[in-house]
This record gives sequence, structure tokens and C-alpha cells, in this order.
Amino acid sequence: MAGLDAEISGFLGRRARWRPFEIVFWVVALASIWLFPTKHLILTETAILALFALSLDLILGYAGIVSLGQAAFFGVGAYCAGLVAKYGLVNEPVIALLLSGLVAALLGFATSFLVLRGTDLTRLMVTLGVALVLREIANRYSGLTGGADGLQGVEIRPLFGVFRFDLYGHTAYVYCLVVLFVFFLLARRIVYSPFGLSLRALKGNPLRATAIGIPVNSRLVAVYTIAAGFAGVAGALLTQTTAFCSLDVLSLERSADLLLVLIIGGAGYLYGGLIGAVIFKFMQDWLANLTPQYWQFWIGLVLVLIVLVGRDRVTGWTGMLRAGVARVLARAAPQSAAVGSAAPDGS
Amino acid sequence: MLTVLFDGISYGMLLFVLACGLAVTLGLMNFVNLAHGSFAMAGGYITVVLVNRMGLPFALGLVLAFLATALIGAVLERTLYVHVYGKSDLDQVLFTIGLVFMSVAAVDYVMGSSQQFVIIPDALQGQFNVFGIGIGKYRLLIIVVCGLLTLGLQLALMKTRFGSRLRASVDDRRVARGLGINVGAVFNITFAVGSGLAGLGGALGAEILGLDPTFPLKYMIYFLIVVTVGGTSSITGPFFASILLGIGDVAGKYYVPTLGAFVIYTIMIVVLIWRPRGLFARAAAR
Repeated sequence: MAGLDAEISGFLGRRARWRPFEIVFWVVALASIWLFPTKHLILTETAILALFALSLDLILGYAGIVSLGQAAFFGVGAYCAGLVAKYGLVNEPVIALLLSGLVAALLGFATSFLVLRGTDLTRLMVTLGVALVLREIANRYSGLTGGADGLQGVEIRPLFGVFRFDLYGHTAYVYCLVVLFVFFLLARRIVYSPFGLSLRALKGNPLRATAIGIPVNSRLVAVYTIAAGFAGVAGALLTQTTAFCSLDVLSLERSADLLLVLIIGGAGYLYGGLIGAVIFKFMQDWLANLTPQYWQFWIGLVLVLIVLVGRDRVTGWTGMLRAGVARVLARAAPQSAAVGSAAPDGS
Repeated sequence: MLTVLFDGISYGMLLFVLACGLAVTLGLMNFVNLAHGSFAMAGGYITVVLVNRMGLPFALGLVLAFLATALIGAVLERTLYVHVYGKSDLDQVLFTIGLVFMSVAAVDYVMGSSQQFVIIPDALQGQFNVFGIGIGKYRLLIIVVCGLLTLGLQLALMKTRFGSRLRASVDDRRVARGLGINVGAVFNITFAVGSGLAGLGGALGAEILGLDPTFPLKYMIYFLIVVTVGGTSSITGPFFASILLGIGDVAGKYYVPTLGAFVIYTIMIVVLIWRPRGLFARAAAR
């Protein structure tokens, strides 16, 4: 049995090894701090969106749960961070961030039992319904949340008591990037663990997954809770970097945009959400400059075209790109030639 | 009390006319058309243009709204929707949400973002009392028109040859195709009629529901509730679901205004968890 154990841990270890593409990606992300100092505001939004997309990727790409209501957790995290800052309950942003993530995760755990049953369509509608209910609650309790006017008077204290959030978003960007990286590491650890493998199995075929002894429901509950926590952290980041929070964080558009982000980048591999977020944010920026009021039309058009062309073909390019990068790097450094990069299974 | 009931019924009837097309398309092709509200909005705006700007009679405006949206529906079905049937639920949702975004922005561009009102003839305004119940004339008209439409639909579905083909296709698409029924054509016609009805509903309901470019997003959830609660295997299910929803919504806003739409969303989630195939659905055939 010892041989089998070694074989399995060897297999898992090989899967989890850092690939050249990944190192390049994060080096570029780090370099962007100094390369684009004037773009930090939009880069901050991109990092937040990337973390949010990561949360959807965990449940959609890995566990196969479709959701139109991920904004529910994003919004709860955002309001939580806003409220604790406004009333001075937690003055350290990092702790407030973790607290918001925890609250969102709790909500995720409570609502996860709703997505266990039914078809994809039922899940879409239940998740959409949860987000709508929360939005309605936030709208009703305007004494606490500010209602349609948004949460005013949020003051974010300096990070660790030292780094102030400045007007140009320099602190905010570094902060978001670090948080994104930390949570990415966490997601990566989850995805490459046996737990992550079992998620893939039950996405492929729940019945067979049950037959080989995977407790399908508890795994789904677990990953849904984790993803909700991620989304909550992303929402908290948005509040902390903008010192504002409105009903918009709970809107259907936010969930739909998020799906688009993940579709552009490709679901089911961690960088899909990150790359998708970069493309989406810059596309949105460009469109919004072109037609300030009607950029939603072009977002809709992109969605329609992506579905008509076929999602596999759209996301295939990222696989080709990564393969290309891997090839170039392999030529540059022959000792790492064994590393190949698998195409994303964009199912 | 009875006035609330009356208003609720007329509201529910309106919702049924708006949503029945969605129920049939969902049942027939398993197609999730979130853009259904866009057709309703199109109908509403067409009526606004015809009646307010060109001065056509209200009734003619309604008929033209029905025909125009049915035509739009038929064309879009053949050119765009037909490519998406085989795809997954997620793809269909993305596709139709994309259409919703496009329609919202396009209407905003053409007609402006302010709320529009259809000019209703004087004869239909005001209300009268019957045994102490205040009855709005326009709401009575809605009940009559929608009631007749419902009866007509039910008869068409049960008594005509096309109706039996449609029912056969809904029950089992493959077998129906094997029997020589051209399911694609049946579906095209059904889709067109469903869109046309949505357009008519939008035109009739502009007064009650309000008409602005965000209409498809605002009422999407209502249509979905009707369909999920009512099930997709018949039109009586969605009919009762709409009436219940209409009465529940009006009564909820009247008696417990602080809770607002909250009640309805909660009901939808509970029903979905309890009976995923709909409250009035038959035992699953497939």
C-alpha cells in the first residue's frame, strides 16, 4: 500500500506544481504596481472583480453549480465592511475584511441547502431569488443601510494603522492585489487537494461520485460556503477601497456581468476568472468612454455572440495562449520542458 | 377588501397574458427565455408610438402591438434562438440576458429613459360602484380581454389540430417528431404567438405596471415566478399561479406595505424547494 500512497501523493504533487505561465502571470501582476501608476483605480476594480470571479469559478467551474445570485454574498460582504467601519466596531481593515468574508460564508452556508436540489434552472432561479430578497431587505431597512441612497459616511482607517487609503488608489491597489494573491493561493490549495478532485468528480457525474463514496451534498455545501466567503471578501474590498456601498452591489447586473467575466476567461481553471476580469474591465472602460450611457448594449451583444459562437471556442484561446507561453519558456529553460499546460475543459 | 381582490385579479390576469408564452416555450423546448419581458416592453412602446404620436385608436394600437411583437418574435426565433436550443441552461440564460441588456439599452437610446404612458380613451377611465365595490373601468377591460384570451387559448389548445400537435410536442418532443409533427414549425408559431401575447400584455399593462426601459429586468422575476409556481405542462397551472400572484402582490402591498415584494420572492424560493417542478405540475412524464 505504501507504493500506492506514494504514487497518489506524487500525482497530486505533480498536479499542484507551479507552472511557468503562473509565475509569469504573477510577476506581471506585481510589476503592474510600478508600470501603470496612473491606472491604479481601474486596476483596483479589476483585482476585486478577479477575486469575485474566482469565487464563482470555485462553484461553477469546479463543482458545476450554476448561480445567478453570487452578488448576494458580494453585497453582504460589502455592507458588512461598510457598517463595521461606519460605526467603528472594527477599526483594522484587514480584520474587518476577514469578518465580512466570514459573515458572507455563514450566509452561504445557510443558503447552500437551497441549491442542493433541482435542476440547473431551479438553481439559477433560487440563487437569483436569494439575491433579490437580500436587495429588497437592504432597500427596506434604509435606516441601517441607507437604502437607495447608499451607505454614507463610511470612513476606512489606515491599513495596520500605517498605510492610508489615498485618492489615487495606490494603497488600495497594493492591498487588493495582496488580498487577491492570498485568496488565490487558498483557492489553488483547495482546487489541487483531494477535496478539489472530488468536486471535479461530482461535477462530471454526481451519481457515480456517490457510488465511489464521495458525500456529494456535504461537498457541495462546503464549496458553496467557501465561495460565498470569497465573494464576501471581494465585496468588502470594494467598500473599503471606495468608502461607499450602494444597493448596486446586490444587483442582478453584477451577477450577470460576473458570468460574462468567467465565460470570457474560461471556467474551470483558476486563471479564467483573473484573465476574464482584466479583459472585461478594460473592455467596459473602453466602451464606457465610447458610449457613456449605452455600454450595456455592447456587453449584451458580447454575451449573445459568445453563446452563438460557442463558449468552448471562445475560451479555447486562453488554452492556446498558455500552451504558447509554456513552449516559449520551455525553449528558454530546457530543464522545465516537462511542464505542459492542459487546455481548460470548458464544459 | 373586495376592491383589492378585484385589482388583484386584473393584475393576475395581466401577468398571465404576459407570461403564458414563456410557460409554453419553456415546456416545449426546455428553453429559458429570460428576454420574454423584452417582447412585452416592445409591445408597450409600439403602442405608445402608435397611439400617442400617430393618433391611432387605442384598440387598433393593441392589435398592431400584438401583430408586430409576434412578427419580431417569429423572426428572432428563426434567426437567433434556433441556434441556442441544444445548448445548456447556462448558455441559454447568458444568451437571453444578453438580449435583455441589448433591448434595455436600445430602448433607452431610441425612446429615452423616462417613464411612458399610453393615452387611454376617456370612456375607459374612472370607476363605478357595484354593490359598494369600486371597479375601475380599465381594470374591468383588462379582465374581460385577458379572460377572453385565456378562454380562446384553452379552446385552441384543447380543440384544434394545432393544439393537439402542440400538446404532443410538449409531452414528448422525440415521439412527436417521429409521428411526423414538424416540431420546429409548431414551436415557431407558438413562440410568435407567445411573444405577441407578451406584447399585448405590455401594451395593456403600461398603465398599471409602468413602462420604462428597465421593464424586462423589473418583471423578469414575476414571469419566472408564474412559470415556476405554475409549472409548464399546461396553461391552467400558470393561470392559477398568476391569479394567486396578482392577488398576493396587490394584497401584500395594500395590507403590509413595509414587507413589499419580499413576500413574493420568499414564496417563490419556498415553492421551488418544496416542489421543484411547480405547484400545479403533474407527475413527471419524463
